[in-house]
Amino acid sequence: MSEWILQANHLVKTYQQRSGKFGFSTTRVRALDDVSVRLQSGTTLAVVGESGSGKSTLARCLLQLHPLDEGEVLFAGQDLAKLDAASLRSVRKNLQMVFQDPFASLNPRMRVGELVGEGLLIHDMGSRTEQQRKVIAMLKRVGLGEADMQKYPHEFSGGQRQRIGIARALVLHPQVVVCDEPVSALDVSIQAQILLLLKELQQEMALSYIFISHDLRVVRHIADDIVVMHHGKVVEQGKVAEIYDQPQHDYTKQLLAAIPGKGAANGCA
Amino acid sequence: MTDILNINHLVITPKKQPERCLVKAVSFALRAGQTTCIVGESGSGKSLTALSIMGLLSEQLQASGSIQFHGQELMSLDNQALQHIRGAKIGMIFQEPMTALNPVLTVGYQIGESLTAHLGLKGDALRAKVAHLLEMVGIPAGRANSYPDELSGGQRQRVMIAMSIACEPSLLIADEPTTALDVTVQAQILKLLDELKVRMNMAMLFITHDFGVVADIADHVLVMFRGEVVETGTKEEVLGNPKHPYTQALLACVPDAEGRKTLKPIDYSWLEASA
Repeated sequence: MSEWILQANHLVKTYQQRSGKFGFSTTRVRALDDVSVRLQSGTTLAVVGESGSGKSTLARCLLQLHPLDEGEVLFAGQDLAKLDAASLRSVRKNLQMVFQDPFASLNPRMRVGELVGEGLLIHDMGSRTEQQRKVIAMLKRVGLGEADMQKYPHEFSGGQRQRIGIARALVLHPQVVVCDEPVSALDVSIQAQILLLLKELQQEMALSYIFISHDLRVVRHIADDIVVMHHGKVVEQGKVAEIYDQPQHDYTKQLLAAIPGKGAANGCA
Repeated sequence: MTDILNINHLVITPKKQPERCLVKAVSFALRAGQTTCIVGESGSGKSLTALSIMGLLSEQLQASGSIQFHGQELMSLDNQALQHIRGAKIGMIFQEPMTALNPVLTVGYQIGESLTAHLGLKGDALRAKVAHLLEMVGIPAGRANSYPDELSGGQRQRVMIAMSIACEPSLLIADEPTTALDVTVQAQILKLLDELKVRMNMAMLFITHDFGVVADIADHVLVMFRGEVVETGTKEEVLGNPKHPYTQALLACVPDAEGRKTLKPIDYSWLEASA
């Protein structure tokens, strides 16, 4: 079974950065340097690395939120960069994103019902009542209620807001969801709830996840495959168990050795 | 008596709502050369407890109870008297190395400030001491003339540590000092703090929400939940054999790097049972 739902081949993305005295000269930074990843349908691919490794740039480039310098992103066989604006928009409903910061990613002036229903409105999916029904069903599925539709984001806790963010992405029934550090701003008890919710939804809706994270403990629990990035390059990729048990690259070994509580925590819980 | 700090029945409430306890009757003691971790979720009162030791609580909050530092009652001291203790005998490291440093002053100047204020060091003696401190935290002494934005996140946190230990405090309070850092940098900073604790025989109060960090650095652990200490003991006792249902539920939420355990959503049923 090797059905690749999303394939990225030889992605290159450079940014211009000011340097030198007073920033008069510029240098190009390679945020993505010949990066190739592929996501198998119905599985979770984790992208791990430290700050500056290029993992968030990769997430945004996969969804065509940033233009690429080189390379191609194939979704269900078609190259996203070659699509015109209208076709890209219609493909986008299959490619959704859950963001890191549930405090910054929801418009504070919109009610939850509008926030979750916005995608349905944009893609003109179903009648108003049908949209309403879908929003309610989705909110209930992520653990919120119908009454929450009338509320504003500030009335919710961090974990609840992340549930709203998930509902907003999933109400469109996408095939691929890119999760950019979806649990790193949350308390550990809430983090476990959200991870379990994401796993359940994956089963129910046959979702494929790209899961961006710096936390190797979280990744171990959610991912099937893993890509380790360092300075814009993929240094290692493979099955989760293989990488954790037999890391080949020095940088992967360093990352694994730096997991807090490793060894010491084995005895507990 | 080896207790550096003795907290007894600490209660923190908002001034306007004295019936609402943010920290409820917290008591513990800290010893020289030992690290005590306060672990809990956001809103559990762990940072408030730390701030009250320094007398840095917000104007809107009031604290009662007793905080004795080397036998001296801190609660009865005025701000001026506290200033002689803060930074000199009690050092503090904050979470955000990006915002805790002044961007328009060199790091050498900022490390030197407390040395001048508390010990009256000046000129060459000051420069030599700053250079020594930078080397202790693993930064080349030449970086004393750098500004904070010229340093990486990990280096800035090392500067913060150099500032906090400059006057050789007997107590170091670290409030989530590694939360904003990458894992490999976090591992280095934890190692550095542990080495300094041993070398200077400090008591360290370490606030964190990360059980992995607790397992790495703690001697003793206090688990806080909604303002109360629900469990306390040695690291081995609390992590290896948790007694309180909240500690058990919280530990069940922590993902392990081996992927052996099944994550569980947090279970609050004990709360209703005990209510």
